[in-house]
Amino acid sequence: MPNAEESSRQVLMLGLAGEMFALDATQVREILDPIPVTRVPGAQSYVSSVLNVRGKVIPLADLRVRFGMPPASITPDTRFIVLEIELADEPTTIGIVADKVYEVTDLDTSTLQKAPPIGMRWRPEFIAAIAKWKDEFIIVPNMKQILN
Amino acid sequence: MNENADPAEIFRQESAELLEQLEQALLDLEQRPGDHDLIDTAFRALHTIKGSGAMFGFEQVAAFTHEFESAFDRVRKGEAAPDPELIAVALNAKDFIRSQIERPEETDAVIGVCILADLRKLFAEAQAGAPIEASAEAASEPAAKSTTWRLRFRFNKEVLVNGSNPLLLLDELRGLGDCRVAVHCESVPPLGEMEPDACYLEWDVVLTMAHPRSAIDDVFMFVVDDMELKVEAVEPGAAEAGAPTAEAATAVETAAPVPQATAAPTHPDHPAGAAETSAKRAGGMETSTIRVPAERLDEMMDRVGELVIAQARLTQLAAAGGGTKGVAEEIERLTSALRDAMMGIRMVPIGSLFGRFRRLVHDLSRDLGKEIDLTTAGEETELDKTMIERLADPLVHVIRNSADHALEDPATRVAAGKPAAGNINLVARHAGAEVLISVSDDGRGLDAQRIRAKAEENGLIAAGAALTDAELFQLIFQPGFSTAKQVSALSGRGVGLDVVKRTIEGMRGSIDIATQPGKGTEITLRLPLTLAIIEGLLVRVAEARYAIPLTAVEECVEISEADATRSKGRSFLNIRGELVPFLRLRELFDEPGEPDAHQKVVIVAAADTRVGLVVDQIIGSHQTVIKSLSKLHADVPSFSGATILGDGAVALILDVPHLIALGQVRETRIQAKTPEPA
Repeated sequence: MPNAEESSRQVLMLGLAGEMFALDATQVREILDPIPVTRVPGAQSYVSSVLNVRGKVIPLADLRVRFGMPPASITPDTRFIVLEIELADEPTTIGIVADKVYEVTDLDTSTLQKAPPIGMRWRPEFIAAIAKWKDEFIIVPNMKQILN
Repeated sequence: MNENADPAEIFRQESAELLEQLEQALLDLEQRPGDHDLIDTAFRALHTIKGSGAMFGFEQVAAFTHEFESAFDRVRKGEAAPDPELIAVALNAKDFIRSQIERPEETDAVIGVCILADLRKLFAEAQAGAPIEASAEAASEPAAKSTTWRLRFRFNKEVLVNGSNPLLLLDELRGLGDCRVAVHCESVPPLGEMEPDACYLEWDVVLTMAHPRSAIDDVFMFVVDDMELKVEAVEPGAAEAGAPTAEAATAVETAAPVPQATAAPTHPDHPAGAAETSAKRAGGMETSTIRVPAERLDEMMDRVGELVIAQARLTQLAAAGGGTKGVAEEIERLTSALRDAMMGIRMVPIGSLFGRFRRLVHDLSRDLGKEIDLTTAGEETELDKTMIERLADPLVHVIRNSADHALEDPATRVAAGKPAAGNINLVARHAGAEVLISVSDDGRGLDAQRIRAKAEENGLIAAGAALTDAELFQLIFQPGFSTAKQVSALSGRGVGLDVVKRTIEGMRGSIDIATQPGKGTEITLRLPLTLAIIEGLLVRVAEARYAIPLTAVEECVEISEADATRSKGRSFLNIRGELVPFLRLRELFDEPGEPDAHQKVVIVAAADTRVGLVVDQIIGSHQTVIKSLSKLHADVPSFSGATILGDGAVALILDVPHLIALGQVRETRIQAKTPEPA
């Protein structure tokens, strides 16, 4: 999570249903081309499947479901991003789906703002911050809340 | 052994073993108070803890253990008898040492002071009381009589490097009695040739003391492998003549052909340091053991798991292509051998766990005022190490429950014509791919009526529900169920047995109960042999593949279309005259589309209940390396884990107990609707 004293931090920029998201680069383990996944019947719709990443079975989360975006099919640009995050005090490896991965960049932390409590299309607890980058608004998602 | 390991951690591990030995010795001593081997074992354990405690900076441990040891020494000398009271205090002292080592910051020194006070009080009473059995040692060497000993000793040159300090040993000798010491410096080489950390000195000591000869050996206990020691008794008159002066020392040297100190040490060099030496000493058992960090085993297990997967993939390729078949078979053989060897490493005998329960039963017996004998069998039964650790808590609950609820108090037992002492029998054995651990008692047995009344009262079952006795007995594992009329500190709060059920099911095991009113109860925990790799049956449902643990599979049958239509809305299958409920996995897993023409049914069973799982295709057996699902899927009950198939895809492992329970629910629902078929 962001350190208040840092003036900038490295983030991975990704696109999802026309929106830009920024993920803390320290969480990102690797970026994969889509591979076959296995559906888990009865699981929550936002973590509906699992996949094999180097011999480990990890859940695949779809942020589109959490952000109420329409489902999308896999395109040549689709990527799976493997993250390591703390869930209930345990480091957990998960994958998320991105429509497109752009780049790793430095994000000026002074542009970070709290998400406004109203006037948002999305549930405010899912958003850690809103930032500005190249005149575009980008979303820094709160992965812990999203996967809670 | 890992040289980078934290020495304090080594001490903790080592002392955990020693404390275990001490506890076993103390408990045995209660049974056989006259056994000197046991007293010596206990004493040695204490002495080693004291020594290495001081060496690794656990000063408080060393100090307390020293006091404990001094007190216990009186037992060794036969000045006090190891009666139950003394054993109880000694066990407390042992617990205190353990907590001092494991949680020094939480351990209150006051407890230690109280324990020592108790010990001293007991010994004071013992001395005032009737004469006590004298130990063999004290009898052969009367303690009061002083003897003079002449000692000559010399250490291997490496002794200082190994952490021993000859000065402290000399101080210990001085502590034993009147002591005169002379040093021989003949072997010290010229300065240029001298190694700074080598010990070149040799000592002559004349010691007059009231202690037996073994006291001298105790002083050198830790260095005896790295030194030469000669001990001679000196006639009382000759003591003066034997005074170690420099001239006398030379005389001794010429008289007794002691090897020159400059010569190479007669003992083969011990390349390892103190840790290995003490490990060797502790390893008095018949089989030698290696301590391996658990995470290293886990890592090896992961590698083997990957190898198994790669092999499955190769087999698949070979089946398709042909040419590689021979290699594939060779690798298959190697992989399974490696897997078995690896699993073997992880296996430990369950006896280590049983040992802990002796203490538990000892304490329970005292707290409950019931005499309880614990008998065990099958200690050599081997089980995966992680399982042994996870089994400890459930077994504690079951044993507590037996002691508290099942066993009657002595008066009731005698009135019922049973021996006053209750018996709890702990047995482990292998049965097929399972391990059975049973806890049986000769108590009052389960009371089906009382369980029913209680379950109805708690709302666990509807009043008058038709349940078999077996089903009723399973209710005691429900959360919040307890028939104890009084809540004791031990049990009766209704927490405990539900934990047992959850833990055992978490390990893919199950619990059986057999009881006879007035005769006793037997609770059997059934567990798979390992948690890591299982033999599985791979099936296909729509496009997805699933693995079913092969041990649960009873048979596979084809379901004819006629059967399928006839049984619509009445999900039963007639298997040789028996009705078995079945679940259509396509429906259960919400798979759209039409099922395949020839549906197969896999009959799975747990305990006595069976259920059929309808699948599209049975693919075949599969070496299933179990991977756990993440927390994000903890709410999905149908699967106990996942595995990776030969083509790299993930297949989910079906949770058979859950599916059977689901089948049972459907069965009862249907039975409620339609009259029971004859």
